[in-house]
Amino acid sequence: MTSYKPSQKWLHWLSAVLILGLFAVGVWMRTLGYYDSWYQTAPHWHKQFGMLLLLIMVVRIVWKFIAKSPAPLENHKPWEVKSAHLTHYVLYLGVLLIIASGYLIATADNRGIDILGWFTVPVLFTPFDGQEDIAGDIHEWGAYILMGFVALHVAGALKHHFIDQDKTLKRML
Amino acid sequence: MKNSIKALGAGLVLTLSSSVFAAESYVIDTKGMHAFIEFKIKHLGYSWLKGRFNDFEGEFNYDEKNPEKSNVNVTIKTASVDSNHAERDKHLRGSDFLNVSKYPTATFKSTKIVSNEKGEADIHGKLTLNGVTKDIIIDAEEVGAGSDPWGGFRRGFEGTTEIALKDYNINFNLGPASEKVELILNIEGVRK
Repeated sequence: MTSYKPSQKWLHWLSAVLILGLFAVGVWMRTLGYYDSWYQTAPHWHKQFGMLLLLIMVVRIVWKFIAKSPAPLENHKPWEVKSAHLTHYVLYLGVLLIIASGYLIATADNRGIDILGWFTVPVLFTPFDGQEDIAGDIHEWGAYILMGFVALHVAGALKHHFIDQDKTLKRML
Repeated sequence: MKNSIKALGAGLVLTLSSSVFAAESYVIDTKGMHAFIEFKIKHLGYSWLKGRFNDFEGEFNYDEKNPEKSNVNVTIKTASVDSNHAERDKHLRGSDFLNVSKYPTATFKSTKIVSNEKGEADIHGKLTLNGVTKDIIIDAEEVGAGSDPWGGFRRGFEGTTEIALKDYNINFNLGPASEKVELILNIEGVRK
């Protein structure tokens, strides 16, 4: 196996677009004034797409265990393999942590998240005191830190593509 | 400095005189929660939004013969703001509104009480909110007083006042109908 499966590529790029989009919208929507037409709609869609990302991440992680990833290329040095894997773990965990904290903000007043009037993501436990503030800090800082690791991940891919000129990035295209 | 010494002196005199004239001291019953600090503000001009502060404490001295010698002090934990919507409360605690990490408490200290015979009074005092201290007047009235069924003595008041958000350096634009917020205070004191 030398390349990722088409299904893995789709899941990877779909979550990449969602993660970057959610981050950008998340930063932008907090700057909106009360009379901006997006004041209500931006957070609404942020939550809808956040829950979509959760679904995709769950499928992705399950699929990763079943389908497996291709082995590292032969020219990859041990430290490269190690740091790439570590970055991947942080990205997975980080995304899940940010989704979880976002869910905790949205459900801190004991109301679920309505998904397009279709169904409601339920509140799983009784909110604790200050939940929205603690979850809010984790959500915000988590997102900024995650973007640091995204940058690392992208830098690694670009290094292999342009400097090492190997197939690392091409396997995911 | 001179003024603060004067104020301190005046406060001391007030405290001394109130004890001399046997004013009654009361603790606001926040244990049994017979006290409510609520606010209401217009939403877009179309409806009232109501909320409250859940965590506060205070006491007052009440002199029935000389109501002017009464006084009241209340300290509010601003992080306890509750408008029954977690995301809004989070926003209210942030820097757009109450700045609770920087200014965790709001206080009211009365400076002068002017009363009439009907049990109504203007409570003049200093409200500190979001780090800004301003003089306000609370329009207050006694609701009732008497023995409770458990061996204590209680006295309760209701008061209202209106403040402009920008006076307290709260400049988030909520629209022209929502520049002022009304505070509604219901307090019951248990005599010490």
